[in-house]
This record gives sequence, structure tokens and C-alpha cells, in this order.
Amino acid sequence: MDKIENKETVASTHKIGIYLWIWGLLFVLSFFSYMVDWFQFQGLLRWTLILIFMFLKAGLIMAFFMHLFWERYALVNVLLWPMTAIACFIGLMAAEAKYTVFTRLLYFFIGG
Amino acid sequence: MSDNSLNNLPGGFKGMSQDMGSDQTAFKGVQWGKVMMWIFLLSDTFIFSCFLISYMKGRASTVVDWPNTSEVFSLHVNGVPVPLLLIAIMTFVLITSSGTMALAVKYGYEKNRKMCGWLILATAIGGLTFVGMQVFEWSKLIHEGVRPWENPFGAKQFGSFFFMITGFHGTHVSIGVIFLFIYARKVFRGDFDNGKRGFFTTMKSDYVAIEILGLYWHFVDLVWVFIFAFFYLW
Repeated sequence: MDKIENKETVASTHKIGIYLWIWGLLFVLSFFSYMVDWFQFQGLLRWTLILIFMFLKAGLIMAFFMHLFWERYALVNVLLWPMTAIACFIGLMAAEAKYTVFTRLLYFFIGG
Repeated sequence: MSDNSLNNLPGGFKGMSQDMGSDQTAFKGVQWGKVMMWIFLLSDTFIFSCFLISYMKGRASTVVDWPNTSEVFSLHVNGVPVPLLLIAIMTFVLITSSGTMALAVKYGYEKNRKMCGWLILATAIGGLTFVGMQVFEWSKLIHEGVRPWENPFGAKQFGSFFFMITGFHGTHVSIGVIFLFIYARKVFRGDFDNGKRGFFTTMKSDYVAIEILGLYWHFVDLVWVFIFAFFYLW
């Protein structure tokens, strides 16, 4: 693009190829996650595959579409470290859910 | 977008500690509006996380069987039920619109006004399609008797989590579509080329606004990735 280089303020942009690649990968990964349901994988295999495809998709979107891959660490770390709080919360609530279902089974069916 | 003046600064964690300890600007090379959008998105992440975590807790602690989502969300094509068909199409539509948005940001920074405008318009139409399909899905389920307090398929909590989570996400998409149309108009009018001052601000318009809009749109797509995985597939 010759026209662009004449302008005074030109931010360096990324090549179109990288966006098309990520776009394609997201399509393929979404197709794979749909296939997990299509073939009715069950149990641990299903959950593992769902999580792998989910994290890959989320990572690609954040890193390239949202440009985090090119941002300085000051911003990236401010955004990503709070996720550990969410991970803790998930752990706490998973334990809580186990306890709730235990008490429900105990009192509803067994009769504590 | 990378700024050439940042190339002289150290990168990685060394750069991070230097940036954080430096004068005036911690987030170097990031326009303030973009930082604000990121912080908003971080808070929004927490809201969606709370919804999804409460869904996890509700689903894991019920003693009644959870509805089989691949049957509940199946569509009949020529009389044959295809599991999760609509949801899969919605996922692909949203990813497509995310891709067009990423390209719109790129062409915006290259000051390619027409390409940027058309791509934003394409993104908006993708978002509108998504919301339309969601309306179809909601009305189908409501017709089948799914309510926030009961449903014919299994555990009663299913309805409330479904309407709450997809409804909150759909609201985000709808708001995004409105902003996409507004910004498509601004781009076509040339606001970002001649630095026209905005309606609410005295500051000059700049194509960085398109990247900020893009961040919001990609975030909506990002949330859908998690909803698709946890609510529909799990």
C-alpha cells in the first residue's frame, strides 16, 4: 500500500495473513468442539477435549484479535493475574457444591 | 498497536517493573481509552465468571438429572434431529464477525476508510444475525415450556441459568451492534480521518477508537466461547 506511507501518523499494523490464519484456526477449533458433541464423547474424554478447545480458542482471540501478544507486560500482567482469583473462586464453589449435594442426598434420601 | 518509540524500552518482566515504576504512564504505548476499555472488560469478566460459577454450583449440587443439552437444543432438519445445530451456527457467525472486526481494526490503522467501514458494517450484520438466532432459540424454548422456575426436561435450575447467562450475553451483543452501526457511520463520514470532535467529547476522533470497539466485540466472542463450552457442550 503506497498510499499509506505518505501519511504522517501511521501505526505499524500486522500483516493480514496472521488475522486470516487465526480466523481459520478458530473455525477449525469450533468445528472440533462441535464434533465432541456430534460423536457423543462422554466422561473424562469429553471434558478434557471441551476444555482444550475452549482454552485454545480463548487464547487465540486474546493474543491476536485483542493484540495482547503485542502489548507490553505491564498491561498483560494487570489483566491476567486477576484470573487467579476466579480460579480460586471456582475451586471454593466446586467444594461447596460437593458438600451441598452430599447433604441433600443425606437428608432427602437416606434421612440423616 | 506497537509504537516505534517503545522499541528502545526493555521488554518482558524487566520492562514491566520499569514501566510500573516510571513517571506518569504505567501502560506505555496504550491510549488511555484502551486501558479504560480493558479495565471495563476485566470487571465484565468477573460478572460473567460469577454467572458461570453459580451455574456450575447449581448444576453440581442438584440431585435431579440435568437436561441433556444436545437434545434440548437440537433442531429438526427434514424430520431428523440435529444436535446443537443452531448453537453451532451461532458460534460460527460470531467468530466470523470477530474476524471481520479484527480486519476492520487493521484497515482503520492503515487509514483505509472504506474497507474499515464496510468491515464494521459486516461485523454489525453478523452480530444482528446472532441476536436474531438467539431470539429464535429463546422463543422455541419458551414455547416448549422452559421457564426460569421450571422446565419439562429435568432440573428446575436449568431455565434460570439459561435465561440469565444467554440473556446477559445477548444484551452485550445487542449493545455492541448498536455501537458498531454508530461507528460504521462515523467511519464512512470520515470523522477519524479529519479528526472531527465527538458528540460527548472535545477530543479529536482517532482510529484507536475502532480498536477499542474491537476489544469489546472480541470480548463478546470470548465470553461466547466459554458459554458454548460450559453451558451447551458440558
